[in-house]
Amino acid sequence: MKRDYPYNNFNPRDAGFRCGLEIHQQLDTEKKLFCHCPAGVYSDEYNAQLLRHMRPTLSELGEYDGTALMEFKTRKDIIYRINKDSACTYETDDTPPFPINKQAVDIAIEIALLLNCSIVGELHVIRKQYLDGSIPAGFQRTAIVGVNGWIPFKNRKIEIFQLAIEEDACREVSDVGHLRTYTTDRLAMPLIEVVTAPHIYEPEEAYEVGMQIGRLLRAMGKVRRGIGSVRQDVNVSIEGGTRVEIKGVPRLPLIPRLVYFEAYRQHRLLQLREMMHERGIEEDNLQTERFDITGRLEHPAITVFPDESFIVSVLLLKKMAGLFAHKIGPDRRFADDVAGRVRVIACLIHRPVILHTDDTSSSAFSHRDMNEILSVTGMKKDDLAVVVWGPPDDVVTGLNEIEIRCREAAVGIPNETRQRMTTGETDFERILPGPDRMYPDTDSPPLVIPRDHVAEIRKKLPEQPLDREKRYKKQGLPDHLTWMMAISPRAVLFDRLVSEGKIEPVLAATVLVELMIHLFRLGGEPETFGDDDLENLFTQHRQGSFTREGFRMLIEESAQTGSRNWTELTAKIGIRRVKPDEVKSIITDAASTVAGVNPMDEAQKFRMAMGLVMEKLRGSVPGTELAQMVKETLKPD
Amino acid sequence: MSKKSNSGYKGAALSVLKNFDVNVWGDVRITTSDGEFSGIILPRSEIADDRHVVLKLTTGYNIGLEVGTIEEIEEHGSKEAHYKIPEKEFPFDPVKPNVVLLGTGGTIASRLDYRSGAVIPAFSPGELYGAVPELADICNLKTDKLYGVFSENITPEHWSGTAEAIKREVDNGADGIVIGHGTDTMHYTAAALSFMVKSTPVPIVMVGSQRSSDRPSSDAALNLINATWTAAYSDIAEVMVCMFGPTSDEYALLHRGTRVRKMHSSYRSTFRTIGDTPIARVSGGEINLIKKDYRRRNPETPLELDTVFDDRVSIVYYYPNMQPDIIDSLVDNGYKGIVIAGTGLGHVNKPLYPSLKRACDSGVHIFMTVETLWGYVQMYVYDTGRDIMELGVVPGANMLPEVAYVKLGWVLGHTHDREKVAEMMLTPYAGEITERETIDGYLIMQGGLPEMEKFLKNIHF
Repeated sequence: MKRDYPYNNFNPRDAGFRCGLEIHQQLDTEKKLFCHCPAGVYSDEYNAQLLRHMRPTLSELGEYDGTALMEFKTRKDIIYRINKDSACTYETDDTPPFPINKQAVDIAIEIALLLNCSIVGELHVIRKQYLDGSIPAGFQRTAIVGVNGWIPFKNRKIEIFQLAIEEDACREVSDVGHLRTYTTDRLAMPLIEVVTAPHIYEPEEAYEVGMQIGRLLRAMGKVRRGIGSVRQDVNVSIEGGTRVEIKGVPRLPLIPRLVYFEAYRQHRLLQLREMMHERGIEEDNLQTERFDITGRLEHPAITVFPDESFIVSVLLLKKMAGLFAHKIGPDRRFADDVAGRVRVIACLIHRPVILHTDDTSSSAFSHRDMNEILSVTGMKKDDLAVVVWGPPDDVVTGLNEIEIRCREAAVGIPNETRQRMTTGETDFERILPGPDRMYPDTDSPPLVIPRDHVAEIRKKLPEQPLDREKRYKKQGLPDHLTWMMAISPRAVLFDRLVSEGKIEPVLAATVLVELMIHLFRLGGEPETFGDDDLENLFTQHRQGSFTREGFRMLIEESAQTGSRNWTELTAKIGIRRVKPDEVKSIITDAASTVAGVNPMDEAQKFRMAMGLVMEKLRGSVPGTELAQMVKETLKPD
Repeated sequence: MSKKSNSGYKGAALSVLKNFDVNVWGDVRITTSDGEFSGIILPRSEIADDRHVVLKLTTGYNIGLEVGTIEEIEEHGSKEAHYKIPEKEFPFDPVKPNVVLLGTGGTIASRLDYRSGAVIPAFSPGELYGAVPELADICNLKTDKLYGVFSENITPEHWSGTAEAIKREVDNGADGIVIGHGTDTMHYTAAALSFMVKSTPVPIVMVGSQRSSDRPSSDAALNLINATWTAAYSDIAEVMVCMFGPTSDEYALLHRGTRVRKMHSSYRSTFRTIGDTPIARVSGGEINLIKKDYRRRNPETPLELDTVFDDRVSIVYYYPNMQPDIIDSLVDNGYKGIVIAGTGLGHVNKPLYPSLKRACDSGVHIFMTVETLWGYVQMYVYDTGRDIMELGVVPGANMLPEVAYVKLGWVLGHTHDREKVAEMMLTPYAGEITERETIDGYLIMQGGLPEMEKFLKNIHF
């Protein structure tokens, strides 16, 4: 990948960039993980709605989780939309779990083995708390299947820290103020989470490692495809920084830019910390004061809300002047990070969420407003004032959060989960949860994974894409076909066709990969062609029923009619055995037609004649032979 | 090395722990043939096998390691779990009403039990305040842990003990009583208290939870808040059950103690008033009355107890082809009262007749209820019904079978006189028999109908 970053003077590697991936991949099972709902039934239609609130609870070791308490501060109404075809009373947390889906566990074991993991002796289902409401129970059921794995990457190993099997969360429909809405169709779908160690040292490598693991998963053919079936979380840190998680990246190519900007943000936040320390500001001595300024400011962002119950408050941050304008990304300043926190935690939805005296843009305070703030707060030149407005409770939460975030800035980079923005930058999503949110699932007994069962799965492991690629290259496939064939579910068929020397590898790969993609683009369904159907097709070709060109004609016709009877289809589209005399006469006719058309050069004449001939003989006589004959016929005597 | 327990481990797994001189809660590094694992050794469920050691990894996940793969265990410290809700002293406000929360067990407040792998109850006012600080906005709360039993283990002694505790607390000036109880048999206890507390000046509110408080989506906190509010401020001086109305976190319903029943094994909205409407609904500090006929709060009303109980009583749930030895064995074992849940309007098969007659003749009191739960017993409609009454079986009107069982035990505590027992059984003391069934008493809507689909889509169910 080519590097396209705005900060040539910032090299992530020099800053001690480290990155790890968490790849979430849905498994292709019939049913969901802990209930008997069908998997993969998606719809925006819903039959019922449910309302829940989430309260923080204690972890197994008796501590409240930081994220949990933060989410509780936000006091959200959470609405779940339920479609009765895709969710049952398990999803609404009104029925305890059924035994874990064995099909899913076996697929997870297979993947763990492909990633060279050790398989645990016993699966223990754990509840991982999510107070954002993305799961109605307030926790996700998850269990470790394998640990201590690795994949080869360039000339080193990337460690696979662990592989867990877990249920997917809800899809968010909307999140405005104190109301968040989810749909439950995706909820409880089986997925695996592959966690790599932070052994990635360049933004581009994050993409490459993700690609390699993604290809391995696709190649085994037991994972789901399509939008939302794969999601990546990316962990980023730099030297002196903190692990920050960028959540839910849907496509791998987005990753390098995201992690680059995150590394840059951390780099700039460390500089901000130095600036605060130079001014003598530490975590425990930040001086602040709060004032009520309701009704005194004329800023349009505030006056647009004529709500009588709203209050306007100003927070004075001593000696912080200028720091909110500190740049942390191409389009973002420290004030934006602070605003992100206030938006999420205090549920203040109006943009720009906060106003401050460092602002010199179009949303800056007027002179009149500045004078009001000055007279209310008595702020000095090196002080900063931040204004927050909204419902009284939320404003107080907001002011608290600004103070917390500024104190954290004096310490360094807060442990956060961040959400992707379209610019490639990120915004605050929530505090990064810790191990304290894990709790054993008392509803699920441990599941012993017998060693001989693991050995059985190991025996049947599919060949890895990297090994296949090497083999296909040797067989003479061009790079693009090698790349696609190595992860194609048709790889086993390909090997069978080619192994006995019956079918030429390039032809086999072209039909199995390119022609199927062509069919898909035409709106067809390649998966409806069974391996047996395709093998029969190749047999008929080998027996001389049709030419190379015939594959495409037959498959298109077959897709349209639904028939897989190749003999009938061949006849239907007019492919037949043609006697040499007839071929000759068709070519002669074409040559005379072309002769009557002027003016044309030799190449144009050839193309036109070929077109006329192929129209009648495509599929019946090989195009290469016809071309030769047409050339000879057109040759001026 | 300090002597610590290796709770839950046995056999091969215990030997491995002993061989390497490590204990539960040990912070260890375990070398196995599959690689190294670091974490804390957790206790193991006693019913699990002896082939695995459970480890909590630093990521918070638990895994089981097969003992055969373990080559070495190194312990370098220990971290024992202290599951404790931050305990804070419950604040006192002289203008707020005084509510007493009596604990009997159940999942209203609970913690994890490592040995069984299940949740066990935990209970103290400080803990409750730590977990549900909203309670302090409602009342001054005092708690008293009477028992710590799962609700299936509740006995008549617990019923009378709870009734006595209620009297003690009300006499001491409580403005309302909340009783924490496991949900499985809450309706039995509610019925028992309805009879044993003959009159009360203040509300007596039973509460529990269908999802233990160790989960973020628990109904425990909201149920407790609503129950406490009801006890502190409501005008209804009866024994009630206060539990989720819909499964959504919206409001609770107040059910009369003698008409309520647990109707779903796992739903939050499991408690329903049968054959009648609930008394009221409560949410956000508001009580909206549904019924008007209830006993009013009145400080002048004395709290009168009547806690007698004869436990030689049983329920027989009738099924086709029931054999007479079912009845005979109860009689032969000295049972003095039988409540039958009969089919339809209150029937059993003919082969039981001789046994029923023998039972009645030998002084056993038999009452008929219906296994349809909704509706009255009516034994005149068919000849079989009349025949059964001839034998001495008394129709129990629209008493729920469980309520009739509790009531029969209570009545037999007073008298064994045939006519007196029948008279008491058919006299409503606490709303257990209603004179009429209103048309909104039986509302089991069926899904799939367009009007119900519309309802489900628009109202949080």
